[in-house]
Amino acid sequence: MTDTPVCPARPATPSRLARLRDSDLWWSFTSHPTAVGAAVLLGLMMLAALLAPLIAPQNPYDLAALELWNAELPPVWVEGGQWPYVLGTDLQGRDVLSAMLYGSRISIVIGIASVIVSLAVGLSLGLVAGYFGGIVDNVLMRIGDVLLSIPTILIAILVSAVAREMLPPGLREAGAAAVLVLAISLTAWVQYARTVRAQTMVERNKEYVQAARLIRVPARRIMLRHILPNTMTPILVAATLNFGLAILIEATLSFLGVGMPPTEPSLGTLIRIGNQYLFSGLWWIVLFPALHLCLLVVAVNLLGDWLRDALNPKLR
Amino acid sequence: MKDPRNALEVEGLGMVFDVSASWLNRVVERKPRRYLRAVDDVTFAVPRGGCLALVGESGCGKSTVARLVTGLYRPTSGTVAFAPGRDGAPLAAQMIFQDPYASLNPRWRVGDIVAEPIRELRLRETEADVTDRVADLLRTVGLSPDDMAKFPHEFSGGQRQRISIARALASEPEFLVCDEPTSALDVSVQAQILNLMRRLQDELVLTYLFISHDLSVVRHMSDRIAVMYLGRIVEEAETEALFDAPQHPYTRLLLETIPDLHAPRRRRAAPGGEPPSPLAPPPGCAFNPRCPVAMPVCRTDRPAETARCGAGRVACHAAAATASAA
Repeated sequence: MTDTPVCPARPATPSRLARLRDSDLWWSFTSHPTAVGAAVLLGLMMLAALLAPLIAPQNPYDLAALELWNAELPPVWVEGGQWPYVLGTDLQGRDVLSAMLYGSRISIVIGIASVIVSLAVGLSLGLVAGYFGGIVDNVLMRIGDVLLSIPTILIAILVSAVAREMLPPGLREAGAAAVLVLAISLTAWVQYARTVRAQTMVERNKEYVQAARLIRVPARRIMLRHILPNTMTPILVAATLNFGLAILIEATLSFLGVGMPPTEPSLGTLIRIGNQYLFSGLWWIVLFPALHLCLLVVAVNLLGDWLRDALNPKLR
Repeated sequence: MKDPRNALEVEGLGMVFDVSASWLNRVVERKPRRYLRAVDDVTFAVPRGGCLALVGESGCGKSTVARLVTGLYRPTSGTVAFAPGRDGAPLAAQMIFQDPYASLNPRWRVGDIVAEPIRELRLRETEADVTDRVADLLRTVGLSPDDMAKFPHEFSGGQRQRISIARALASEPEFLVCDEPTSALDVSVQAQILNLMRRLQDELVLTYLFISHDLSVVRHMSDRIAVMYLGRIVEEAETEALFDAPQHPYTRLLLETIPDLHAPRRRRAAPGGEPPSPLAPPPGCAFNPRCPVAMPVCRTDRPAETARCGAGRVACHAAAATASAA
């Protein structure tokens, strides 16, 4: 921006941070203790997952660090518990807390990755379908209808089972995370595509889009720079809620044994392993990973619910 | 181009919209295809530096004509021809839209909105030149260059319409299509915007195609007026000739509805009835169900255009009969 002769003392454009603090959204956030609580909880769990190598008492992947005489220790507050195994150990002497921190890392990464992949697919297909309409729209939306008419978990099981068989055995464990992301995204994109399509069909006919078409702005740029930003509000809500859903689907698949392998356990894998020892009295192996998963998903959902209410002009 | 003095010549323009139900519904419910003839055989010309107004009720197809002229719609039939402009290439029309709330992207800053045509068409080399030009444009339309950093929602309807005008001027057009630019504004603000547009016309030698349903606005702005009814032009004449001696009963009806300062309590003939649906236009003259002077021939034959006094034309059996009798 250059100075203009008329009024040199132009007030500075408020920074993004200042605008955020001024916004209705921030006000709504600070006046909803549930949302603040959920955000803090989620932030803490994300941070713990991110910093797992620094804060975990043990590296659960390092077989050399496991000591068999530390196996089956209960949590420290129970009789027989031992530091530093705060939440106890499993049958191989693996620290449950460390396994959980590393496991939540995998769960969160898979959740974020599948949201990103399904967003990318859903947004672009939804924009194209809504902007161009006609046959393209019909074909894309019917594919979406078919995918939605089959339960998500069935498709995910099918895809991950088939994909695992197709991968060469050496790649099966390494590719497990990618297969999970693919399996979850395959159905999740439909919701984004539908939302964006509906919004695009409204925005496409607005006069600001016609003004852009008059100066021959290419369709791709109109979609990305004019229409997409105006469709983001409902997408933001859907993405938040789907993040929680993706973590749950991943956990379900891992629990059923078609997800992450025991060598690289996610929260779902930990629950599946722990579940086998529940009746042997080793309740801590399954309880703590299950609690962690539960808190993670509840925090995400509470945040998503608040966001949906806060961004809905009819509920203000 | 038939006449080199014209900036725009439109001939036999027609636009048919397919408003059928989807294929599945048509098959299951045995519905026929339905077509809406929004614009039917419309012919007019706009002289360079002049202003032609298209007037008519809602739904008569005037906004469709605007979008056909600017190229947003592809006409079903007929031609739209622009004269070569200053640089030799055919004139490019820009448009000022009706709704000042929908015509500006709510997520863009005003500076970016006005700069978009400049950047997109690469009319300036450097970003500093673009900013200077945007500041100039904002001053031209009576806003401050400081407004560049603001968002559209910080402005009133009239100010938004000024921004819209600045954006339309940004690509240095010689032809502007104004689609009811004042219909969404307060009366006091309407006058400001109209005066601004007149001033710009004189300063920048613009040619206007001005679309409105408000004859008093049109009288202030235009040299010629074309009255549209159900997709067709029923009467066209110079502004004063049309106001002094309206020939078509529909034009008379529209003029009757304008409040008159000198006869505030005169009884005004309220326009009877609604315009018929363009999906099923009545046979003969489209105006015949509402026409006070309708004759039997009006219900069967579509009236041809005949010359009217004051270098215009009118499409009406009654007017033609009076003219030939005189």
